[in-house]
Amino acid sequence: MAVAEQQHEAATLAARPSWTAVLHEWATTVDHKKIGIMYILMGTVFLVIAGSQAVAMRWQLVYARHDFLSPDVFNQLFTMHGTTMVFFVGMPMIIGMANYVVPLSIGARDMAFPRLNALGFWVTLFGGLLVYFSYATGGAPAIGWFAYAPLTTKTFARSAATDFWALGLIVSGIGSIAAGVNFVATIATLRAPGMTFRKIPFYTWTILWTSVQLLIAIPPLTAALIMVMADRELGAHFFDPQNNGSAVLWQHLFWFFGHPEVYILILPIFGIVSEVIPVFSRKVLFGYEFMAAATMAIAFISLGVWAHHMFAIGMSRTLDMYFAAASLLVSIPTGIKFFNWLATMYGGRITMASPMLFCMGFLSMFLIGGLTGIMLALAPFDLQLSDSYFVVGHFHWVLIGGTIFGLFAGFHYWYPKATGRMLSERLAKWQFWLLLIGFFLTFGPMHISGMLGMPRRIFTYEADRGWELWNQLSTIGAFIQAPSFAIFVFNLFWSLRHGKPAGDDPWDAYTLEWATPSPPPSYNFDTQPVVYSRRPLWDLKHPDDPDWQYE
Amino acid sequence: MGGLILLANSAAQADQTSIFEPASPPAESIRTLAILVFVITLFIFFVVEGVLFYSIWRFRRHARDGNAANTPQTADPTDHVTEPPQVYGSKPIEVAWTAAPALIVFVLVLVTTRTLWEIKPDTPAPAAGDNALYVTVIGHQWWWEFRYTSYNGQPLDFITANELHVPASEDGTPRPIYLRLESADVVHSFWVPRLAGKIDLIPGVSNSLWFQTQEQGLFLGQCAEYCGTQHAGMLLRVVVDSPQDFEAWLANESKPAVDDPAVAQGKAAFLSESCINCHRVRGTPADGTYAPDLTHLMSRQTLASGLVANDRKNLRKWIDNPHDIKEGCLMPAFGLSADKLDLIVDYLATLK
Repeated sequence: MAVAEQQHEAATLAARPSWTAVLHEWATTVDHKKIGIMYILMGTVFLVIAGSQAVAMRWQLVYARHDFLSPDVFNQLFTMHGTTMVFFVGMPMIIGMANYVVPLSIGARDMAFPRLNALGFWVTLFGGLLVYFSYATGGAPAIGWFAYAPLTTKTFARSAATDFWALGLIVSGIGSIAAGVNFVATIATLRAPGMTFRKIPFYTWTILWTSVQLLIAIPPLTAALIMVMADRELGAHFFDPQNNGSAVLWQHLFWFFGHPEVYILILPIFGIVSEVIPVFSRKVLFGYEFMAAATMAIAFISLGVWAHHMFAIGMSRTLDMYFAAASLLVSIPTGIKFFNWLATMYGGRITMASPMLFCMGFLSMFLIGGLTGIMLALAPFDLQLSDSYFVVGHFHWVLIGGTIFGLFAGFHYWYPKATGRMLSERLAKWQFWLLLIGFFLTFGPMHISGMLGMPRRIFTYEADRGWELWNQLSTIGAFIQAPSFAIFVFNLFWSLRHGKPAGDDPWDAYTLEWATPSPPPSYNFDTQPVVYSRRPLWDLKHPDDPDWQYE
Repeated sequence: MGGLILLANSAAQADQTSIFEPASPPAESIRTLAILVFVITLFIFFVVEGVLFYSIWRFRRHARDGNAANTPQTADPTDHVTEPPQVYGSKPIEVAWTAAPALIVFVLVLVTTRTLWEIKPDTPAPAAGDNALYVTVIGHQWWWEFRYTSYNGQPLDFITANELHVPASEDGTPRPIYLRLESADVVHSFWVPRLAGKIDLIPGVSNSLWFQTQEQGLFLGQCAEYCGTQHAGMLLRVVVDSPQDFEAWLANESKPAVDDPAVAQGKAAFLSESCINCHRVRGTPADGTYAPDLTHLMSRQTLASGLVANDRKNLRKWIDNPHDIKEGCLMPAFGLSADKLDLIVDYLATLK
């Protein structure tokens, strides 16, 4: 460790390479760590863009019949906000973090296909840029992120903005599929000696199933987007009801992707939380096998529940019942996960450092998102809630209370590994509390305005509906959340220079990535580690009481 | 008419679109289900958050315990004596907390099924003496077309827009309303929260919705599926009349348009402009189907799909430039002269 630190110091003292050399190095790299970092930087840039869009929309909604934004601009903003957050913030951050951590955590030198990995990143980035190119046509598409047909046909979306949108998502979908293939291959073939499938670190296990979902869910979306392009440019009529096409077909195809997508954005978070809670509770993960099985169960069940987004299209009662029941089934493995996390904490010695703090935010908030999810799964109740602000409240609760809190836990946990420096704990606490309060205030009132009859995606509303107060609270919340994200971005860059040196293993953790210097050398490990249990570093630190005796 | 507007004003309060103020059986069934699931989820919420906060409080390591900094740096192999007991799992406990949620899921599936069959009955065919009203609702960007097809077994054949009039039920005499929902362009959604859950209007698809209510007055709603620029301006009004008022309204709507010789000049102006390409006034050559039927325009309380009150001033403003009231709507401003505007407004104001 000391040697590694000296090397690090020496490296910083050495003459700095020119910026062109640095740029060349990053642009041509196939190192999974650099690619992971680029994914995360990409996600951060798009987070700032899509976050600003959200703040603009909240300001428009602060008063009834406010005229800060015109209807078309507002409609473009929520389209771009949703598209960006899902495809160019959530997925790059999830994939980027996994890119960085997975090879290290299984003792590999890189991903199985490093060049494919680089390709995946660059097409994801170019996909994002293509979507934003739509502004060059005079305005972004105004179709909503799920782009219900026939709004996407030439009749209703005349400019090429919709083509850029579809092309961008097709291209970035190639990146997602590349990442999925690569993770599966890496986890299947590059594990350290002794690391059987039953001894994979839990985060890596969730990435395996996330990848399976990517491989199943993304191709239907790509196919559907190609059909949209064919409708628009080649005169096909897949989704054009005037010519015997089907508007409902698009909804099925989209949500067959869209629902697994939700789990693509949350399964890795379950993995992060399952790494962080044991380390900061000083315990082993309770019920690893049941947790692992629950992950698989969620991955499979989530493939058969998509039409719960579509109860209002007027399906038969039998189909309604099936999709309600299947959706409710997801709550069983999710419940198992919750109880196992609590059991892991129970009887531990809990340190409330920033990664754990964000995990606690995740547990307490994601629970609420899960419970409102149960409400939405009940088909009759959904007929009232669907497409109302209640849904907006629900999925932001899941995506911020779940995905974002979990991602922040991961960032604070692995940042020292990636940079060799600790993030400022003081800034992290500000970030956490501002986010928690702002988030509660933004999305809590949305559940109420939704139950008071406010539909989503309206650029303004009538003063006599009783929605104004709830919208004003939401807007105030947005202005409390925004600085939290600013603090996070600032912390990322500030701590790079001013953070405390981290050392190899600042958290006294259990998995292989902490057995190599921070930041790790490009080859990751000097010697191939050998593994005997799920917690190889615990075994090293507790030779008299190793895990493999109990597993 | 004045009474109706008065009623509309008194109904204009905060709860007028709340799903917890149901006035119709399907909305009531859904509220019952909602309350049940609220109780269940609140129970789960308190149990889980309780255990979570208890664990944080009880098992938190404090500064006085040592190693409390966020960087414990306890890679010292001899330090493990401070580690808590390692518990790897427990099969009976896992089975227990798999079974408990499974049981809750089972109960929820049962009540969901029962509620589904309550709120989505099959639509019966119209029959004499059924007291049932049948209306076909057609969604347009960004207004509602209502085609009245049958009431109490009597076929009806007129079209109106944006304000759906229906008869109130009475004790012993239910007057069910069966809507058939279709779309002329993109997907819309019919949502009047106090009457029923929402159902989409999808091009190429025919959906149905049932509600009935004993409460007279105005019920508000609006389009719930994003449908383009003026999605927010696609407001929806359901007026529940007493059976007598409703029948009077029906009788009036079934008649062709009033032909008042006093506004013959205005009528000529109207018919000479491109208004008639899109709008219909029954009994005149104006036979457009693309835009709202104007035959009894003045029997409606609002213009622009519920955005502004239907009075002379707003009507003139609307015809002069609809985009001042509803930015992006599909009716263009025709640049009519002030004289012509006045003439046309004079004429339209007689279409009671």
